[in-house]
Amino acid sequence: MAWFTIPVENLMCRCLCIFITVWLTLLIVFIMVPAVLGISFGIRRLYMRTLLKIFEWATSQMEMGAKEKNQQLYNPCNGIIAKKPPTSLQQDLQELRGSASCPRSEPQFEMADIFFFCRRGVESILDDEVTKRFSSQELDSWNLLTRSNYNVRHISLRLTVIWGLGVLVRYGVLLPLRVTLAVTGIGLLVVLTTLVGFLPNRELRFSLSEKIHLMCHRICVRALTAIITYHNRENKPKNGGICVSNHTTPIDVIILANDGCYSMVGQVHGGLMGMIQRAMVKSSPHIWFERSEVKDRHLVAKRLSDHVADKTKQPILIFPEGTCINNTSVMMFKKGSFEIACTVYPVAIKYDPRFGDAFWNSSKFGMVYYLLRMMSSWAVVCSVWYLPPMNREEGEDAVQFANRVKAAIAAQGGLVDLIWDGGLKRAKVKDAFKEEQQNLYSKVLLGEQDEGDLGDEQHLEDENPEEDERNQDPTKEQ
Amino acid sequence: MGSRASTLLREEEIEEIKKETGFSHSQITRLYSRFTSLDKGENGTLSREDFQRIPELAINPLGDRIINAFFPEGEDQVNFRGFMRTLAHFRPIEDNEKSKNAAVSEPLNSRTNKLMFAFQLYDLDRDDKISRDELLQVLRMMVGVNISDEQLGSIADRTIQEADTNGDNSISFNEFIKVLEKVDVEQKMSIRFLH
Repeated sequence: MAWFTIPVENLMCRCLCIFITVWLTLLIVFIMVPAVLGISFGIRRLYMRTLLKIFEWATSQMEMGAKEKNQQLYNPCNGIIAKKPPTSLQQDLQELRGSASCPRSEPQFEMADIFFFCRRGVESILDDEVTKRFSSQELDSWNLLTRSNYNVRHISLRLTVIWGLGVLVRYGVLLPLRVTLAVTGIGLLVVLTTLVGFLPNRELRFSLSEKIHLMCHRICVRALTAIITYHNRENKPKNGGICVSNHTTPIDVIILANDGCYSMVGQVHGGLMGMIQRAMVKSSPHIWFERSEVKDRHLVAKRLSDHVADKTKQPILIFPEGTCINNTSVMMFKKGSFEIACTVYPVAIKYDPRFGDAFWNSSKFGMVYYLLRMMSSWAVVCSVWYLPPMNREEGEDAVQFANRVKAAIAAQGGLVDLIWDGGLKRAKVKDAFKEEQQNLYSKVLLGEQDEGDLGDEQHLEDENPEEDERNQDPTKEQ
Repeated sequence: MGSRASTLLREEEIEEIKKETGFSHSQITRLYSRFTSLDKGENGTLSREDFQRIPELAINPLGDRIINAFFPEGEDQVNFRGFMRTLAHFRPIEDNEKSKNAAVSEPLNSRTNKLMFAFQLYDLDRDDKISRDELLQVLRMMVGVNISDEQLGSIADRTIQEADTNGDNSISFNEFIKVLEKVDVEQKMSIRFLH
């Protein structure tokens, strides 16, 4: 009976203590231990399936709402214009003129030629292949996140309630949980790798650091609620090779490192990132470059070659696009890493946009905001395909090899294979391409037959030596 | 962030644009979405830099002339209405039969208006005639450095000779129409907009 005389505050304290104990126990049992041991209970997949059902319901609700008002839902996925398949400039112009080309003594110009460039130009204003790759992919069904809703008018009360619940769950439950896990993961990584770095025995250091890296990456993966499906694991990158992959977000690194150990390549950063980098390098051979060294192609190539030549070292992880693209396409691969004579292991990563947009739009928001966004989405669902290793063939130069690898990755991931440079996100396109167009037109004017006319394909020439993560994605999260 | 095209554009505006240009409701919404994605400054207007950021337009030899066509005389910003008005020139002519506004005097995408658009690409100083100089400049834009000045000059001379009927050594709009009377302008200057 003395129970009733205990003041309320005490009671609340006790409840709080019990709650925290239970919470921590659940956390450790269901998340930390599996992370350390590398097993999975399948909770995340169940979560994923439930979410999908809810999304479908939400979209059908919106459609019903729209039908009642006799309007149509705005679907951003249909294109704006119907584009013809790209043909060569020469073919198009001849179609325009209605005459076959033959060598003429005088150049033949027609005022109607302007229509060709005019229409092409306006078509590119309406829908071009490049600029849309640098912003988030649009969804055709709503996933209960405000950030991806285009049909706000059609949300009924019921849907709003569900959405509100969703917000509560995401920000109140999932976000704190994930932040805790992330902090734990990174903290453990820094501390443990530094400790292991003190061990004298090289072999022991290596094997321990592998385990530590894997464990911390697994914790980070759970911090993002990342549900990853790995395909074709028999093709996993081996020592003495380079792993290349398409780049969407700094999280790519965590996703790949969750399943194997890689040596990262990147610029040395200051602050927290720098500390993490220094800690990591104590126990395993990552390659960090000073800012000044990045421009020196030979130095970069040498360091990579040296690393690759040493068969005891892990494979290097490189993102040849050099910048984050929105996961609908693969853009030009910089040839630097393809010049090194070793096996290339291509990997294709494809994110499922329904659960959260993984693309890091570095011009729109910074790293911290991006991570918060990621941690407050539903989940990060992706598929990783390990493609069979490729080697440079006889008579193939680095650019052709790079394009071959890019085509393989694009084909596997269901992405559009583009030859445009990802650097166009920030930089202007080179004048050389315009000159090529002018060149082609001149040939048509003069009536020259051009066998080597590749139409609108650009001949690539890259200037940047390294395709590692640069200042815009200070990625080293682990 | 958050809600986009369909809420930021008011219904009345969409109706007005529909009347003026003949685009359908969903086309206008989709084009507005494109407009906002190009508008990096997020101030409701596009500048010349916004257009030049499109790589495929930047490598078009006449890219600058096309961009210029969107901007009214002396202005450096174009708003969504102006954007749509210019794009309306490229609607296919058949679409007009399906639209309900037969009251429009001459739709923006009529053959004459399409030809006027092309004429203005040549007419650099907007004085309603294409002089030899202007023709040379546009030709130079299209061929780059690949053809010599003399050859280009003779091309320009020949073109003006063939087109000029009133002997003022420049091409007026009517002479321009005459030169292109056999060309299927409707098809060459039309873009198929999806509904």
